[in-house]
Amino acid sequence: MTSTTKPGAGTLSIALLLGLFLFVFLIIPVAKVIFVAFQDPGTGNFTLVNFVDFFKTPLFQESFLNSLYVSSLSVVLASLIALPLAYFTSRFNFGGAVLIQTLGFVPLIMPPFVGAVSMQLLFGENGSVNLLLDEWFGINIPFMAGLNGVILVESIHYFPFILINLSAALANIDRAMEESAQNLGSRGLRLFRKIVFPLAMPGYVAGASLVFLKVFDDLGTPLLLNVNNMLAPQAYLRISSIGISDPMGYVISVILVVFSLFALWTSFLALKGRDYATTQKGGGGLMKRDMRPWEKVGAYGLVVFILLIVLSPHFGLLLLSFGTIWSYSVLPDAYTLDHYVEVLANSSEFITNTLLYAGLAASADVIFATAIAYLVWRTNLWGRKMLDYTATASLAIPGVVLGIGYLRSFHSIELPVLDKPLASWWVIIVVALMIRRLPYALRACVAALQQVSLALEEAAENLGASKYRTVTRIVVPLMSGGILAGFVTSFATAAVELSATIMLVSSESDAPLSYGIYVFMQSAAGRGPGAALGVIAVVIVGIGTYFSHRFIEKNKQDQALADAGVKI
Amino acid sequence: MSINSVHESVRLLIEDVHLSFGDTKILEGVNLEIEPGEFFAFLGPSGSGKSTLLRAVAGFGPRPQGRILIDGEDVLSIPAWKRNVGMVFQSYALWPHMTVRKNVAFGLEERKLPKDEIKQRVDQALDLVGLGHLSDRRPSQLSGGQQQRIALARTVVVEPRVLLLDEPLSNLDANLRVQMRRDILDLQRKLKLTTIFVTHDQEEANTVSDRMAVLDKGVIQQVGEPMRLYDQPANLFVAEFLGTANVVKGDAATREGHTWFTGDDGWHIRLPITLRAGGAGALVFRPQNVIISAADDEHLESDLIGHIEYREFLGSFLRYGVQIGSHRVLVDEHHRHGVSPFEKGQAVKLSVDAESLVWIEQ
Repeated sequence: MTSTTKPGAGTLSIALLLGLFLFVFLIIPVAKVIFVAFQDPGTGNFTLVNFVDFFKTPLFQESFLNSLYVSSLSVVLASLIALPLAYFTSRFNFGGAVLIQTLGFVPLIMPPFVGAVSMQLLFGENGSVNLLLDEWFGINIPFMAGLNGVILVESIHYFPFILINLSAALANIDRAMEESAQNLGSRGLRLFRKIVFPLAMPGYVAGASLVFLKVFDDLGTPLLLNVNNMLAPQAYLRISSIGISDPMGYVISVILVVFSLFALWTSFLALKGRDYATTQKGGGGLMKRDMRPWEKVGAYGLVVFILLIVLSPHFGLLLLSFGTIWSYSVLPDAYTLDHYVEVLANSSEFITNTLLYAGLAASADVIFATAIAYLVWRTNLWGRKMLDYTATASLAIPGVVLGIGYLRSFHSIELPVLDKPLASWWVIIVVALMIRRLPYALRACVAALQQVSLALEEAAENLGASKYRTVTRIVVPLMSGGILAGFVTSFATAAVELSATIMLVSSESDAPLSYGIYVFMQSAAGRGPGAALGVIAVVIVGIGTYFSHRFIEKNKQDQALADAGVKI
Repeated sequence: MSINSVHESVRLLIEDVHLSFGDTKILEGVNLEIEPGEFFAFLGPSGSGKSTLLRAVAGFGPRPQGRILIDGEDVLSIPAWKRNVGMVFQSYALWPHMTVRKNVAFGLEERKLPKDEIKQRVDQALDLVGLGHLSDRRPSQLSGGQQQRIALARTVVVEPRVLLLDEPLSNLDANLRVQMRRDILDLQRKLKLTTIFVTHDQEEANTVSDRMAVLDKGVIQQVGEPMRLYDQPANLFVAEFLGTANVVKGDAATREGHTWFTGDDGWHIRLPITLRAGGAGALVFRPQNVIISAADDEHLESDLIGHIEYREFLGSFLRYGVQIGSHRVLVDEHHRHGVSPFEKGQAVKLSVDAESLVWIEQ
């Protein structure tokens, strides 16, 4: 930003290449989708008739309302799970705090659709819980019936977004904010309501709107739970069954994008201009107090109960993967390793494909992200901010929409040697994954770059290093922790992506894990192997997340040490 | 009741206050008596325990042992929200989600006062700090100095028994700081509030406080009026913390009715009769109490001969570092237009104003 030299030809061509890539693989496909939604299928003229048709069709009306309903209630349920957890960890010296902070993130390392089937077996009409409830109390609760199932699975999966944002907001409140209220005679719940909660509100809203967005866009969970009367499944089904010329898939895509943008905008507004992060040096965090014995019992009880529910998809999946037959019984009849053997023997290409796709996508992500971060923050290139905005904008593009856009845009482009359309070449899956995960890598790289003091670069240039040498010898090595964290985050989330992938997989031999799980889970006999694949996916993602966490923590420590060093 | 006529000023007593975190002693045997209406400063470096002591008065942080009495009442067992001591925080701690008016009204609302009275008193308090016109702003729309005033208004509007100021000026720039400390003092005088002011800046403490306590390592080093502490420091810490001091270690012994000081590096000075000294200790004197003249100046009688090691020009005065044997003495001399200073390396003679000498036993 502060550099005053004119960007060189190298910088310029890198920027142009990046811009071109984003233009071809993000802007064109999305623009195409929007364009088709407003186009008369017969004449090709501009029209609103597709939207009129959409809102006149009872099935779409129902799907639209269902999507809104499911997203809203998922936010409510996720809040009910996250609020007590955030409250306990931030207000009390609570031994369970570490447990909550760690286990609270566990749901995120498995895509929601993977756990959906096992949730059916645990909480469904004839699932373990209802069998027990029926035996003990003679009741049956429709946890998983229709939309309920989607709400339950989604909120269990996405509540950490609220927990993380709310906890961060609470942790950032300067203790003096609370002390000054006490000093003026306020206390207890009243103080919490008037001071603490309003200060944490932006964090909550940011988390809640992310949950709304994720649920609204999610394709895998409703598909696996066989709930088709929602928007994302409808878009998928229209395109996959009727074909890529059917305008309804595009109309739905536009609606999905509009709502995603709206949710992101809400989240952005909530945080912007209300930077209540008021921590001063040394005075951080709210006052914590010890719990009384009965409070402790209650708190632990509640936390254990919540965590049991939150972890139930994982338990269920594990049981399913090792179980022989699990139907109309609390637990599987017997246990076996057969499913793993079968999956590893016959379907190992799902695993290798995943490692290849996610590995390539994540590598490309960090290279792009490092370049964009540097261009945006360290050069005065014209239009550099546009690169940042465009790359980040892909957050607002649901996977289904990107998938549909790719099909529509690249179907007619024939690859010369392979003799097939670009849209059905496996590399297009990698590109889609890469575009979808680029914002994650970008944020990690920008954060890392911002920690590299400009003076360190200037010192290198002062000693005669060229821009290129400075970047490769000073900047990138110093960013390596952040780049690595960005890689792992991109890798882990790309490894279990389903919504864009499902649109773009053209043959089973090209399919990754998530698609394999989806296919297996379609049949009762495939559930065991599907669950085994799911467990493998969780392990891959879990390892990735663990290392990402380690890198980030280590980076923080190094940074803290470096800061301390400067001060001394 | 209007804010301008606060109820009677109260006395604050701190009796034998101790506080430790594990093995680390934060406060050790602190005893203080702060008079009604007095402007009192806690002065010390960071980590000296001054903020911890202030927070203990307000009821924040771990509860110390000992007693803290406000107007005769031991407040240590009273929770912070019932103590009615006003505190202005270093960060001001204005709530960003409330307007200025809501911030100032908060304490009155907590006291469940009638709406009319709240409005009237908030208006008064805002007028008192001269910011009545900003009542609908948010704290983030105010400058640092304005935030400081609002924080003050928010605190005094509830008519606290004691006013506590935790480094209130540290977030302001230098010019504003001088202005604000005067305004705070005016306000304090007007309200006759017993006030404690925590600072690490001796100039701030000197200018505003009636008396001050110098703290180090959780122990009160000395209590008194600023000028007395400066002129007669009780120990080396106080001497060196309150401005620049020359310290010469050695022994004092009485021979033939006179007390003689023999420095570790060969100094030999006759001490004035008024200075009670004996045994091992240190002689302390301020740089401005040393007279400097050329070595060949016959008007000045002195054995302290050395040479100028360096010279610093500090505006209103010049500071010389004069090397005498292995010792470097700092000497301040007023700078007057047209008077040429001593040069580096020049031989000079020093004479210390005997009345200003302080003996510190060791």
